[in-house]
Amino acid sequence: MSFLIGENMTGGYGGADILHDCTIAVEKGEIAVIVGPNGAGKSTAMKAVFGMLALREGRVMLDGQDITGLTPQDRVKAGMGFVPQNNNVFTSMTVQENLEMGAYIREDDFSDTMEQVFHLFPILKEKRRQPAGELSGGQRQQVAVGRALMTKPKVLMLDEPTAGVSPIVMDELFDRIIEVARTGIAILMVEQNARQALNIADKGYVLVQGRNRFTDTGEALLANPEVRKSFLGG
Amino acid sequence: MTMNRNVLLFAGMFALIAFVGFAQSWSVALTILNFCLISAIMALGVNIQWGYAGLFNVGIVGFTALGGLAAVLVSKPPVPEAWAAGGTGIGLSIVSLGVTIAAATIASRRMTGRWRKPVILLIVVAGFFITRAIFDPAVQAIEAVDPAKTGYLGGLGLPIVLAWPVGGLLAAGVAWVIGKIALGLRSDYLAIATLGIAEIIIAVLKNEDWLARGVKNVSGLDRPVPREINLQQSDWFIALAGKIGADPVSFSSIFVKLSYAGLFAVVLLVILWLSEKALHSPWGRMMRAIRDNRDAAEAMGKDVTKRHLQVFILGSAVVGIAGAMMTTMDGQFTPGTYNPLRYTFLIWVMVIVGGSGNNWGAVLGGFLIWFVWVEAEPAASWLMNLVTSGMYEGSALREHLVKSAPHMRLIVMGVILLLVLRFSPRGLIPEKGGRERPT
Amino acid sequence: MEDLLNAVVLLGNYVIVPGLAYGSQLALGALGVTLVFGILRFSNFAHGDTMAFGTMVVILFTWWFQSMGISIDPLPTALLALPFGILATIGMLLATDRLVYKFYRKQRSPSIVFVMASVGVMFVMNGIVRFVIGPNDQRFADGQRFILKAREFKEATGLSEGLTIKVSQGLTLGIAVIVVGLLFWFLQKSRTGKAMRAYSDNEDLALLSGISPEKVVMITWIIAAALATIAGTLYGLDKSFKPFTYFQLLLPIFAAAIVGGLGNPLGAIAGGFVVAFSEVTITYAYKKFLKYLMPENLEPEGLVQLLSTDYKFAVSFVILVLVLLIRPTGIFKGKVL
Repeated sequence: MSFLIGENMTGGYGGADILHDCTIAVEKGEIAVIVGPNGAGKSTAMKAVFGMLALREGRVMLDGQDITGLTPQDRVKAGMGFVPQNNNVFTSMTVQENLEMGAYIREDDFSDTMEQVFHLFPILKEKRRQPAGELSGGQRQQVAVGRALMTKPKVLMLDEPTAGVSPIVMDELFDRIIEVARTGIAILMVEQNARQALNIADKGYVLVQGRNRFTDTGEALLANPEVRKSFLGG
Repeated sequence: MTMNRNVLLFAGMFALIAFVGFAQSWSVALTILNFCLISAIMALGVNIQWGYAGLFNVGIVGFTALGGLAAVLVSKPPVPEAWAAGGTGIGLSIVSLGVTIAAATIASRRMTGRWRKPVILLIVVAGFFITRAIFDPAVQAIEAVDPAKTGYLGGLGLPIVLAWPVGGLLAAGVAWVIGKIALGLRSDYLAIATLGIAEIIIAVLKNEDWLARGVKNVSGLDRPVPREINLQQSDWFIALAGKIGADPVSFSSIFVKLSYAGLFAVVLLVILWLSEKALHSPWGRMMRAIRDNRDAAEAMGKDVTKRHLQVFILGSAVVGIAGAMMTTMDGQFTPGTYNPLRYTFLIWVMVIVGGSGNNWGAVLGGFLIWFVWVEAEPAASWLMNLVTSGMYEGSALREHLVKSAPHMRLIVMGVILLLVLRFSPRGLIPEKGGRERPT
Repeated sequence: MEDLLNAVVLLGNYVIVPGLAYGSQLALGALGVTLVFGILRFSNFAHGDTMAFGTMVVILFTWWFQSMGISIDPLPTALLALPFGILATIGMLLATDRLVYKFYRKQRSPSIVFVMASVGVMFVMNGIVRFVIGPNDQRFADGQRFILKAREFKEATGLSEGLTIKVSQGLTLGIAVIVVGLLFWFLQKSRTGKAMRAYSDNEDLALLSGISPEKVVMITWIIAAALATIAGTLYGLDKSFKPFTYFQLLLPIFAAAIVGGLGNPLGAIAGGFVVAFSEVTITYAYKKFLKYLMPENLEPEGLVQLLSTDYKFAVSFVILVLVLLIRPTGIFKGKVL
């Protein structure tokens, strides 16, 4: 049994099902990446794991516990961190305040967690008093990830963290994400930049029309000629 | 089935008014009916804005007052002495104002660079002072002309019925200006802007004595129907009264009220017919499409702001017409009595209760809420007298409660509005085919 | 030289001091509107009547204290009654939220529905106030009237113009500074205050961070109630209390909030002073002022008043329109548009 697993998930936003018997799993310290063509249901699969849409069938398990019935807020309390694709920082608040808000549900002293985040993203320490809205795209993504890390999550989920950032910034972000994974956190992310993402992935899920098409290690998927031909542009 | 229900609702409404006729007096009942008719027209106007297009106008009182102003300006005879004293000045100051606005507009369109703003500002400031320099003496001169009786320019001396369309035009003109500014912004902003313009219109009417005598009021307005005293002296009327066995004096008052009711009913029916036509035309369907899904309509290339401007002007014009009619019936123009609670928010309650989006609903709401508004006052007093009857005579609390009872109707209206919004947001006669709106 | 000083004092007496007091009152009112807008995302049309309600309770308590002979002379008794007014208003607003607004929040209704509901609330509050205290003017100021009297000032300086500072004006300014200081400390430094800002900034992300919307909304109403009661009481002490005037205050208050940028507390304060000073300077008659400054043969004939005081609402409105035309987000960028 994986640490986090969305098993046989079927469901959608009220209308027709978008996900069909889709399974996504990730282990502690691992990076799992969901890739696929546009409209494949990548983000939907992740949102389903996070409880942002109701499943008709299937279940979500975290650390052996069935969390299918929990709201997203309760899942945060249960140890899941989520970084949305858009509007993922409080633009009018300083970097430090963003991190504090990330730790809102914590009653204990979170200053060392903040130090860890600053250690991971040194630029944030430098800009801690600046409003997050004034930062560059890549720095904002760091704030967003840092905010989600403030609850000390066991799983971190990222929805297209590199959307709209330059290739250099993307590489840097991926490096940071690997570092986060090394601290023992399970990472699940949806990526548009499939090739680069599979490069750092321990496990890759290729979704097509809401179904699992290929599931393998990142390396194996990159080597798979069919995957290369259909999804990685040759 | 729904058709029958609607017929029943209206029948019940008329039964209520008839009941007042039997229980209180027919004169009272007819007065209520006449105000009901006018309220129904106002509610139609607001329904055009809110029901068709989802525009929230809280300046209805201002548009009503403009209609009242039209009644004065159209029907009162001109005051030649006042025109002689200050007519030229007023005319010149209007020209000066127009030139200022034109110059500022040209400057803002043509000029570029860093001198643009200072130049515009200079034009506006200079224009303001020049206009004031012409305007102030003219006003003083006009207001000095027999202030007890006139002290204003008077009107055109035309039949007062003409004031009804003119009132509509005045209101439409102001609506055009406000709409240009506030439509297309956040929906709340239109509300705030209309609230403001209404306050200003009322302030102008209260203070610009040269225009319509301000709080000195204009009374003795022309009438579209015969006067009671003339009726009582004409042979045909006495004969008619004799035929139905009524006292000519009291029958004359009823006859006059009936005549008003006939006129108002004609206007109401015409506007209702036009509103229904418009609602079911392609234009009306498009308006509702915009209201229900603005983004989709915009994506299809509809100029939403322009459509909203049309509907805002039309609705305001209808309110202006009703305002002129009301002043006509009152026979006097009293700027001090235009209270937003009575003329803006009460109309809103009518529309919401009747059924926003449905013209018949607006009409019913106009009737019903006016009736409740009028009858709530005696009812509240009666209730308070009953409640306090156990207290000893002259008790301060009892006196206070009885005296304050009329204010209870504000509470009643607020509660009705809140209850309908919450539990029956589609109103008494819901919009046909309209989808369930979150309202 | 003396003429110049006299002119300055004259301006201080009739423009600056009243403008500062009125500006503080508007700022407090606009802060309430802007906070509600920032958190609940609608323009609260009931705010003027909330001020009236709070002030009414303060007046009732003031009268009660006066009848018992309790006073804090030289300060007005109303200050002693203020906490009770605030408590009653908090109760009132929390009750309206529970009975009215909460439903629409659950439904995620569009903001215009909230505005409409607030109109209903306005009706009810207006009715309650008129029912309880009547529609007429009420005076409830007692204690010392002046901090500085014109005569004393003239004697002390030898100038022919006097400067008057009323206790109500001094109190207004002092209390406004304290209240605004406390509010900003709360919003900037406290955990709950930061949560409020976060919720106002990005509702979804705030939910994701575990911030409870109901708690944020509750705190917002509590603060709005306190601000409205304080603003209303200060206005009433400075001028007088009349329910309809408080309804009319909506316009300058909205203008202030929009000028500063709806949803921006700092903007609300700036907006309050912009509106107040525009109103006072434009409706002030400069005849005497110019008399001091101009050579004798150039003295103005008329009152030299730009606009009669009857049109003070027009000033708020023109400011509002200018802002909507030129910079709809306000001076300090407001929340949304």
